[in-house]
Amino acid sequence: MAKVIVVTSGKGGVGKTTTSAAFAAGLALRGHKTVVIDFDVGLRNLDLVMGCERRVVFDFINVINGDANLNQALIKDKRHDNLFIFPTSQTRDKNALKRDGVERVMEELKQQFEYIICDSPAGIEHGAITALYFADSAIIVTNPEVSSVRDSDRIIGILASKSRRAERNEPPVDVHLLLTRYDPARVTRGEMLAVDDVKEILSIPLLGVIPESESVLRASNTGTPVVFDEDSPAGRAYVDAVARFLGETREMRFVKPERRSFFRALFGRA
Amino acid sequence: MGFFRSLLRPKRTSASIAKERLKIVLAHERASSRAPDFLPNLQKELLAVVGRYVEISEDMIRVTLANSGDTSSLEINIEIEGGKLKSGNDSGPALSAAV
Repeated sequence: MAKVIVVTSGKGGVGKTTTSAAFAAGLALRGHKTVVIDFDVGLRNLDLVMGCERRVVFDFINVINGDANLNQALIKDKRHDNLFIFPTSQTRDKNALKRDGVERVMEELKQQFEYIICDSPAGIEHGAITALYFADSAIIVTNPEVSSVRDSDRIIGILASKSRRAERNEPPVDVHLLLTRYDPARVTRGEMLAVDDVKEILSIPLLGVIPESESVLRASNTGTPVVFDEDSPAGRAYVDAVARFLGETREMRFVKPERRSFFRALFGRA
Repeated sequence: MGFFRSLLRPKRTSASIAKERLKIVLAHERASSRAPDFLPNLQKELLAVVGRYVEISEDMIRVTLANSGDTSSLEINIEIEGGKLKSGNDSGPALSAAV
């Protein structure tokens, strides 16, 4: 049975699209046929982060309106056979995502894919609610910072009350915390909320900790999901998070400050 | 001097302040988000009824629902300014009811 995963946060700029791209690519690398959908109507960006912006012909709204069929709009990733991108529209009509249309598309996607990743827009407006409505699981992307944690708490509440599972009195959406842009050195100095603090405040299970890393910007610059960068700490942390999502037990890495070796300190490469 | 002071009173880090502030604000927000939908209407109707007898404004009435275990209590607090009450009580009594 196909599984719908929403990547959401409430707050903008915390790494939802980066996480959606990395997670979708990570699941594909593990052999699961995966599609990642951009729900941010009017502010399309997943295509850029996935590096397929020049291949977009039809989009989500075209398919909802029946102007194109699903297979015309889906973009097959050039790096991996299991990975597909479903771009959104640049229309300014915020209500173009009609729920019955989205439902029809989701049902069709479930026939073809094992995992459907929904990249939510920021906020708690129509687009964000539509993105989380059909979810079976949710990845709550949170930065160790007060406004992000507060907004995550709000989105967790909305998942518990406004999702389809909540409306139908089905088992609740399975929520996971993904802490991003984590800086262990600053945590040690007491300048940043620690992973245990955020876990305690939000009281949801921890899926992973993604360290602040230069490789994330490098990945989006080139349109490559960060999991394809094997040297990247963030990429490796995402690979671990995907493995945990699939039920494996993996020790949390990158949560303690890195001991800089003498040579690294000398030649200054982080 | 600074050294001894820091020994006596450990400095609070900004992260610990962040944690404390978040705990307080979220406890408050979670409680209010769980409140039933009828509370604002109840508050408005109470304001209309009480307003017929005493002069009150919207910010002087507070309706809260508290849950503890298997009992809930609805608390209605109405603040009345001394001069506005017909009986002329100066101390500003509060009508309070627990249901």
